[in-house]
Amino acid sequence: MAFWIASSPHNHNQAETSALMRLVIYALLPGILAQWYFFGWGNIIHITLAVATAMACEFIVLSLRSKKQIRKQLFDGSAILSAVLLGICIPAIAPWWISVIGAAFAIVIVKQLYGGLGHNPFNPAMAAYVMLLISFPIQMTSWLPPTALMNIGLDFSNTLMTIFTGFTAEGYSVEQLRTSIDGFTMATPLDTLKTDLGLGHTVYETTQNSIFTNSYDFSLGLAYGWEWINLTFLAGGLLLIAKRAIAWHTPISFLLSLFVCSFIAYSVSPDSSASTMFHWLTGGCMLGAFFILTDPVTGATSIKGRLIIGAIAGLLVYLIRTFGGYPDGVAFAVLLCNMAAPLVDQYTRPRTYGHGNTVAKPAPSSESVNKQTETKQ
Amino acid sequence: MESIIECITQNKFWQFHGGIHPPEQKALTSGKPIKLLPLPKQLILPLQQHIGRQGDLLVKVGDKVLKGQALTQSFNPMAVPVHAPTSGTISAIKKSPIAHPSGLSELCLFIEVDFEDTWIKREICQDYRQLSNQEIINKIADAGIAGMGGAGFPTHIKVSTTPDINFLIINAAECEPYITADDLLMCEQSEAIIDGIKILDKLLKPAFILIGIENNKPQAIKALQQATSAIEKVKVCVLPTKYPTGGEKQLIKMLTGKEVKSGSLPIHSGIVVQNVATCFAISDAVINDIPLIKRVVTLTGQALSKPQNVWALLGTPVHHLLEHTGFIRENEDVTQANASVTNPPVIMGGPLMGFSILNELVPVVKTSNCILAPSKAEMPSAFDNNANEVECIRCGQCSDVCPSQLLPQELQWSAKAKDHQQLAKLNLFDCIDCGACAYVCPSQIPLVQYYRIAKAEIRQQQQLDVKAEKAKIRFEARKLRLEKEKIAREEKHKKAAAARKAVMNKKSADGSSASSAVAAALARVKAKKAANAKPEQTNENQQKTQAKPLENNDNVQETASDVQDEKSQVKAAIARAKAKRLAKKTQSETNKAAEESSAPVKTEGSTLDTEKVPTEEPAIETDEKTAPAIEKPITNKLEKEPALVQSPDDKKAKIAAAVAKAKEKAKARKSKSLAEENSSPADNEKIKPAVDSEDSKKQDDKKAKIAAAVAKAKAKAKAKAQQNLAKKKEQQQDSPKPSNEE
Repeated sequence: MAFWIASSPHNHNQAETSALMRLVIYALLPGILAQWYFFGWGNIIHITLAVATAMACEFIVLSLRSKKQIRKQLFDGSAILSAVLLGICIPAIAPWWISVIGAAFAIVIVKQLYGGLGHNPFNPAMAAYVMLLISFPIQMTSWLPPTALMNIGLDFSNTLMTIFTGFTAEGYSVEQLRTSIDGFTMATPLDTLKTDLGLGHTVYETTQNSIFTNSYDFSLGLAYGWEWINLTFLAGGLLLIAKRAIAWHTPISFLLSLFVCSFIAYSVSPDSSASTMFHWLTGGCMLGAFFILTDPVTGATSIKGRLIIGAIAGLLVYLIRTFGGYPDGVAFAVLLCNMAAPLVDQYTRPRTYGHGNTVAKPAPSSESVNKQTETKQ
Repeated sequence: MESIIECITQNKFWQFHGGIHPPEQKALTSGKPIKLLPLPKQLILPLQQHIGRQGDLLVKVGDKVLKGQALTQSFNPMAVPVHAPTSGTISAIKKSPIAHPSGLSELCLFIEVDFEDTWIKREICQDYRQLSNQEIINKIADAGIAGMGGAGFPTHIKVSTTPDINFLIINAAECEPYITADDLLMCEQSEAIIDGIKILDKLLKPAFILIGIENNKPQAIKALQQATSAIEKVKVCVLPTKYPTGGEKQLIKMLTGKEVKSGSLPIHSGIVVQNVATCFAISDAVINDIPLIKRVVTLTGQALSKPQNVWALLGTPVHHLLEHTGFIRENEDVTQANASVTNPPVIMGGPLMGFSILNELVPVVKTSNCILAPSKAEMPSAFDNNANEVECIRCGQCSDVCPSQLLPQELQWSAKAKDHQQLAKLNLFDCIDCGACAYVCPSQIPLVQYYRIAKAEIRQQQQLDVKAEKAKIRFEARKLRLEKEKIAREEKHKKAAAARKAVMNKKSADGSSASSAVAAALARVKAKKAANAKPEQTNENQQKTQAKPLENNDNVQETASDVQDEKSQVKAAIARAKAKRLAKKTQSETNKAAEESSAPVKTEGSTLDTEKVPTEEPAIETDEKTAPAIEKPITNKLEKEPALVQSPDDKKAKIAAAVAKAKEKAKARKSKSLAEENSSPADNEKIKPAVDSEDSKKQDDKKAKIAAAVAKAKAKAKAKAQQNLAKKKEQQQDSPKPSNEE
């Protein structure tokens, strides 16, 4: 009797890339729900559009590349994840073709043209977002005020209509929809802050604006709705870390870096600088930290490299938010870090066993089996 | 070192990077004692069971062997003998699949077991302390002990090289899942193991003996601690369970904090690592005089209904073991096209570093610690043949678990791209094939397989490079040698030419006689050849041939004295040649061709005015030139021509000689090819007699001398006919030389 011949190792922990992707998508759900709660159906519609486009594009390109096991690759979750991330980032009532173009660009150009899963140098969602932001600045900044502050209520069908036609059933335009209760056209809190600071207002004066109305503590100056969205993304990210789906190094390093930068600025000039918590809990901060910078394909692989990339990203986000032309800088920072990642990896290669310094350090990192002996020490 | 011991006594250990915690599954077998199996009907003993070389056979087919009898021997230290595990008859010595990842077939001894289990005479050693170290080492070597942990390095080598050993580490970690062979051995044979350790202590005299054991073997730990409590030197180090703690380098790192430098052996750092099963084998060999003929094998996996550890004789075919542990073949669903269902994998070794074996005849060898027969539900990846591989997403989990701190994902890309330089830069050869990276890879990439292929390719490339380098060195040496030979040859020729010149200068006062002497010499040589060619021919004929050169001589003298006569003499020579030709009408076209070749030369030579300066040398050169002419009169026409042009002085003599010679030669070739071969060496001799004759030259003596020369040449030719093949070759080589010089 002949036996089945296979190469060692014969055992496997049965982890799968697709399972990893699914887990990441699940971890995004609380954040999406929070977005829906504060900003209505817009993002869910955009996510759906983007996913559908991404799947169609993925299928077409995989067929063109005459890949085997198309079905398996199609449902490995990577395209869906990119599309979901893009959908989350797009303003709620942006026209439908924004997410379609974005998703197609992300999958066809950013991902598949570079060789498909595992070969893309840039994060597809962020590259597509930046492309859209640069190409369609008006559509990409058509942010809605939180539902609670909206002048005109938007239900699901109206949102759908607005996205596809530009007008609600009642004939309100996007511009009208964006006007909040107090008559101001809405921007994101970051945008508002930037504009107001540019006009010479202090941070305190800016935060008197209705969008900064905080449900629990006015003085924190946090943006209404955004802090909850960011907190839910944080929760999702922590879940991923707990599940070991992502490494903790990048997000922690990123958040610390951003914290340090904003803290220094805030201590030096509290009137012209937003608080640390404002930086953490507005814009795409948490989403970027836990779901985008941790993208393994485009990030650094070594631990040191991840720490460095995270720190650079934090610094870049702060710099772009404060001095750049765009209100939020997560997407730009991510792309810049993607570019830097291979170089960082090159210089942060770990020392292989038996190479270089092979002498033991005097104090061993204790791995005690017996807890009693450990307490004795 | 004291600090290391301090740490160890405090149960503080270093850590190696990475590692994984696969399901241990040791409970399948760890609770049951080691079972003794009935003898199998047949044993299959591969001659080579470990690293190193195979020994020479001591037995032949049909021999009866006793239990413990050595079947091979070798004087190579890297080879250890194999012994008959039980008594029986050698039924065959042939190739059979062995325990090898590639399913290789190697020479195996087949023993038909007689079920008597008769021991060979043994000498039980009462007290090994009485033995000298060398005696112990010999006993270990004779018992055929090779490392029983994995690689199978011959143990006696490891214990006989003893620079200062700081640590003797006994590897009892047994970190691979499923395997409990060492665990149970320690539980059941702790005293014998300690004896083995004491023997190693006596041999190596280490400062400390550390037993590294994972904390998932509480009973074994207890047994060892009890057995070693009296020995100060021995420390039982209970390590946290993590794969691959049992890797030699990883264990050293954990216990001592030192890293074995890449490319060196632990012994270079004063550390020797021995497997715990090897210790048992050593004590058995030294104390009980039992060679290594059996070992504990864990038979496990869910495809076995009665998994258990057994004492298996080396050479026991796997089917015997599987039969006794209830191997269940999963129901063969014919509808399922998957071939793996009909061919379940059976793994020798653990699930991470073991290899699947080819068929049920593969025997247990010295390094086999486990036979694993997993069910499909238990270990699906053993069945799927890497079909689930997808693209790497650089998640980096592989580098997180790599115990060598490599970058498996980068290695994988370079391996796929066959970028050997980059692989070397990424330290591919520090990979220990532990399989941790492939175990955790979410893309299910068979990383280790890629590395194995890359390593094999690099090794092959290195071998080719070495070969190419050798060939290059050989070629350059040859080129140098040829160059040297050429220079030496030129030197020789220059010297010879100078000598000839010197001789000529001496005689320059009587240039005419010199040239005539040369002519005489030439004539003699020709005569020799003629004689050689047609020894049976009549004297008369010979006289005829001799006569012509004599006349030539006269002519030459005349030329020397009176240049005006040239033309007439040439004509005379031509006439003579013609006459000869007529006389030898039977001769072939080659003869004619040779003559024709000389004809234009003659005319050309005759038209040129003579300058009397270098008389002798060119003449001789042309003589030498005729050697190729012997072979190919037609093709050499052109070569001959310039030679003759260069020596206008000797024209006539040469022309005549050439004509005559060519004719003679052609004739000679016609008549006898062997004789012709002999004639060439005879030709070779010509310079000497020529010089001789010059000295004693007197024109009146000519004829007498010629007669003598003829006789001499004949005798010589005959004598040399048998023995001059070598010389002939030499001459064939030498013959183009003069033309080269020109």
